[in-house]
Amino acid sequence: MDMKVSDKAIDTIPLILDDQDQRLITRMQLGLPMVAQPYAQLGRELGMSEEDVIQRLQYLLDEGVIKRMGVVVRHHELGYRANAMTVWDMPDDRVTELGRCIGQFEFVTLCYRRPRRLPEWPYNLFTMIHGQDRDEVMANIDMIHRRCGLESVKYEVLFSTRRFKQRGAIYRANSKS
Amino acid sequence: MPTAKAESLDSLDRKIINHLQQGFPLADRPYQAVADELGIEEQTLLERIQSLLDNKVLSRFGPMFDVEKLGGAFSLVAMQVPEDRFDEVAELVNAYPEVAHNYQRDHKLNMWFVLATDSEEKITEINFDIERRTGLRVFNMPKLDEYYIGLQLSA
Repeated sequence: MDMKVSDKAIDTIPLILDDQDQRLITRMQLGLPMVAQPYAQLGRELGMSEEDVIQRLQYLLDEGVIKRMGVVVRHHELGYRANAMTVWDMPDDRVTELGRCIGQFEFVTLCYRRPRRLPEWPYNLFTMIHGQDRDEVMANIDMIHRRCGLESVKYEVLFSTRRFKQRGAIYRANSKS
Repeated sequence: MPTAKAESLDSLDRKIINHLQQGFPLADRPYQAVADELGIEEQTLLERIQSLLDNKVLSRFGPMFDVEKLGGAFSLVAMQVPEDRFDEVAELVNAYPEVAHNYQRDHKLNMWFVLATDSEEKITEINFDIERRTGLRVFNMPKLDEYYIGLQLSA
């Protein structure tokens, strides 16, 4: 049954960040410097000490402003030419467990819970499944079915037929807008 | 180009990608720490990462931000657009600077776009505006939860 989930998680109240945090966030969107001591380098650029940079980054990680430090892989460049938005009608009390199961496969990039829009839209888990071509995407979806035990779960596969617009989102941190 | 770049990645590249997706240390010599774990030289690691960035296997190296925590807002929005109006509606929707990307998909709900704005209110406002101007309903589906694991390559 569909629990009435509010449109917005409640725990997403923006943090109060000071000027130094804002400048660090803006600078970090260019990526981490490729030098032996990257945090010291950032500190020199921003007029902070290395310790200060590390402490502020740790705080941003602890507060979830930074989800993780790491890399973004371009699937297309790795030979994954096809992808499909695959959506699932998961039982509400198992969506977290099943979402984590699906999220572990290397050909899955996005795995989000979103609200259903009944009656038109019964699906509450959205995943992006990649493959070298459409056949491989479908084979990968089959594998997910078997490995996560989803035989009785209703789902749909939405291949894209046209792409209109793509821009990277770059955020300029504002003190308060 | 017929040959996938995946084939040009050697076992070390793959190990590096897998490792970096699990995080990166906050320490004075973080590359050294990762290199030690991988059993390679710091300089080798730096060169490999730079080369993965240069040939665009990696699009970014650094922190992944949670936009909502920074006060921004994202939403996935779907519409059911009659076939004969699709181009007209696509043009109208794509003209909003807040529309990050827009895909036509083979489903009754055939238009799917992402809104990226600086506030929750702005999402509601744009959706309302699109409904008013097109006479079509929009289905707003913001993210409620995320189950991220990442891409693990067989190394």
